[in-house]
Amino acid sequence: MATETNLTQGVSLDHHHDDHGHEHHEESFISKYIFSEDHKMIAKQFLITGIIWAFFGGAMSVIFRLQLGFPDMELSFLKPFLGHWLDSAGKLDPNYYLALVTMHGTIMVFFVLTAGLSGTFSNFLIPLQIGARDMASGFMNMLSYWFFFAASVVMFSSLFLETGPAMGGWVVYPPLSALPEAVPGSGAGMTYWLISMALFIISTLLGGINYITTVINMRTKGLSFSRLPLTIWAFFLTAIIGLLSFPVLFAAALLLIFDRSFGTSFYLSEIYMNGEALHNQGGSAILYQHLFWFLGHPEVYIVLLPALGITSEIIATNSRKPIFGYRAMIGSMIGIAILSFIVWAHHMFVTGMNPFLGSIFMFLTLIIAVPSAVKAFNYITTLWRGNIIFTPAMLFSIGLVSVFISGGVTGIILGNNALDIQLHDTYFVVAHFHIVMGSASFFGFMAGVYHWFPKMYGRMMDEKLGYIHFWLTFVGIYLVFFPMHYIGIAGFPRRYYSHTSFDAFSTFTDLNMFISAAAIVTFLGQAIFAFNFVWSIFRGRRAPENPWNSNTLEWTTPVSPGHGNWPGKIPHVYRWAYDYSKPNADKDGFGDFIPQNVPLSKTPHSNLEHENEIMNEQHVEDDLKINDHK
Amino acid sequence: MLEQQIDITDEAQETLSMHPQKFAMWLFITSIVMLFAAFTSAYIVRQAEGNWLYFELPNLFWTNSAILIISSATMHWAVLSARKDNLSMLKIAISITTVLGLTFLVMQVWAWQELVVNGVFFAGSESNPSGSFLYVITGMHGVHIVSGVVFLLIALYSVFTYKIHSKNMTRLEMCATFWHFLDILWLYLFGFLLLNH
Ligand code: HEM
Ligand SMILES: [Cu+2]
Repeated sequence: MATETNLTQGVSLDHHHDDHGHEHHEESFISKYIFSEDHKMIAKQFLITGIIWAFFGGAMSVIFRLQLGFPDMELSFLKPFLGHWLDSAGKLDPNYYLALVTMHGTIMVFFVLTAGLSGTFSNFLIPLQIGARDMASGFMNMLSYWFFFAASVVMFSSLFLETGPAMGGWVVYPPLSALPEAVPGSGAGMTYWLISMALFIISTLLGGINYITTVINMRTKGLSFSRLPLTIWAFFLTAIIGLLSFPVLFAAALLLIFDRSFGTSFYLSEIYMNGEALHNQGGSAILYQHLFWFLGHPEVYIVLLPALGITSEIIATNSRKPIFGYRAMIGSMIGIAILSFIVWAHHMFVTGMNPFLGSIFMFLTLIIAVPSAVKAFNYITTLWRGNIIFTPAMLFSIGLVSVFISGGVTGIILGNNALDIQLHDTYFVVAHFHIVMGSASFFGFMAGVYHWFPKMYGRMMDEKLGYIHFWLTFVGIYLVFFPMHYIGIAGFPRRYYSHTSFDAFSTFTDLNMFISAAAIVTFLGQAIFAFNFVWSIFRGRRAPENPWNSNTLEWTTPVSPGHGNWPGKIPHVYRWAYDYSKPNADKDGFGDFIPQNVPLSKTPHSNLEHENEIMNEQHVEDDLKINDHK
Repeated sequence: MLEQQIDITDEAQETLSMHPQKFAMWLFITSIVMLFAAFTSAYIVRQAEGNWLYFELPNLFWTNSAILIISSATMHWAVLSARKDNLSMLKIAISITTVLGLTFLVMQVWAWQELVVNGVFFAGSESNPSGSFLYVITGMHGVHIVSGVVFLLIALYSVFTYKIHSKNMTRLEMCATFWHFLDILWLYLFGFLLLNH
């Protein structure tokens, strides 16, 4: 029969799995859990590595918050962890304060919110939601994880260097990062940082090429781009942004490596070190900033878009309503993706940039607020009068909407090149990006874990612990980051070891203490999540096949899908992913959701006008085809 | 029976799809383009800031460009021969391409030597970013040529073990795409340097 030919799409690698998908061949421990080529296992590897990194990054922030909030505190009890990073009086060494800040930023931005978030959910959801047996290249996918792992090992070992890890901030601006004499961490630590990042970039590119190829080439029949779940759209655009921007970071890093180790002068010029002139002539430190932020700004959306995609999916499912403005959502994501490449200089307003050029970048920057606002509006209108089900994932998604708005508003303030002269490099910026990027992406990450945990491990996470975790985190991050706006407006600079020597800031001593205390509580709150996660993997309640009554294809697989995802044929797609609470669905025998793999012909009562048209067109076409065959 | 009929009538639409490996290759090429876009725009940004040493490009670059163009032609010849299953011709063509690729690499090193003789250095107190950029750009292109030659060697091996013929063109076609790309990339870089050195 003609319909049987659907599976093998000729050339795709998918072909191989189609024949073998349902066979369970015995796999060795190593090929199943370590060098696995199964996208679901690779996703879990990214997830667990990301979570471990998140705890390291979080612990670092707690330590430097102790320094900021309680500058006189004796930290000797941390000696076992910090070793020579503490001086003899039990105080944090200023250089290592900078090391902690730098490592915290690098780890969180790249290892947790890029690799941990995209790596986990792109890998896990792309094949499952587009109806593919696996990624286009399982091998490249495996390499992608192991390059990330290697990057992690290198970064981690830099913590144990005699001169400490990199200390120049996560943006590693030269000349600070280029001259080993400038700060201890610019020696071996910086070299490790650069090697680690080079490995990381390779990992991201391998992953990204795979994601794009898979989404474009391996969608199941019927899954046109206009029916793609918004998660997939988000991962797809994220991968494209990464593909275009990470090579530029690579170029920037390469030139930095030459400056550091080979004596070139790309970024260095006319520098005196301890009274002696260095030979470097003619370099430009600003050039580095241009290259870095050409990646750096798109990077913030690489971190955010997957979280937004996850949120769209979860909010629609748990409001039991179609996502409001599906096409507008896609359009605004595309808009954000394009705009993200032409606003980078808003990080450089105070570098002596021509004010006219500055106002052009201000203009472009403020335009981003439009698609961002469209997204926020659509989330809220999706929630509006929905039958909201407050699962932990849903709470985290709504939390994301909240922080996305409150952090986006300060972006508009910072985007003004005149206002930014006052605010640049203060805690106002720290507040802005921790709320809009850090918290929003983190919430998206958590929402994703709570929502897809049943599909990953075949068990449910505990809801009560999830609620406690959510409220602690939600209240916690606002208590931590909101006060930072005030400190920043007062001019308090970021990356300062201590503020006790400035009288102007003594009024903020209490507030700083408060922030630090809130940070510690919020961090400890994450232990609840860790416990819930690990415990549920082994002891959680067994998950049903479709615990959230969701429409997308991953829920048509068995509770714990094997290699190849579907034991039988791959389901086809006949409708978009958001047929929730469709009028008259009950007459067709459906509840408040109609999964994507239900043919339109099975739902004559609830079909909309245009859906009937599609069906009739196909009817005619197929009649013709059948006649041809006769 | 009715059930079946219905399933036939709304058969889902086929999605567009390409050869995944070839497609991935194009994405890889895109990322390389971005890498060199970064280098050349960094070059322009830096040049605009002054303190820029002007010098003559090595004459060998012209010869080398010719070598690469010829190698692209022989690569194309190899593909055509393979399509016609003319395997002996294919062997000659792919071998010539590989040799030309290696020649290009060696000649680029000579070009560098010419630069050093002319007092243009990569690093050190007598260097200027204009010279350093020249080495980085040509060097990074050279690194990609090395990967292209490795790819050619793999294709060469497959040709000599009769794994490539008109029914099995993927590997050769991908190799050709990559090689032509490296050729065009060089012409772009050379043209860029001619205009901006
Ligand atoms: C309405 C949208 C937004 C606008 C207009 C905006 C504007 C800005 C501006 C002008 C700065 C530079 C401030 C300075 O350094 O003086 C900045 C910093 C930053 N923004 Fe945004 N932003 C927006 C949304 C976002 C989003 C959605 C993210 C992340 C998902 C983000 C992440 C960051 C980060 C990480 C930094 C600081 C980087 C650093 O210096 O370390 N922003 N933003
Ligand atoms: Cu930005």
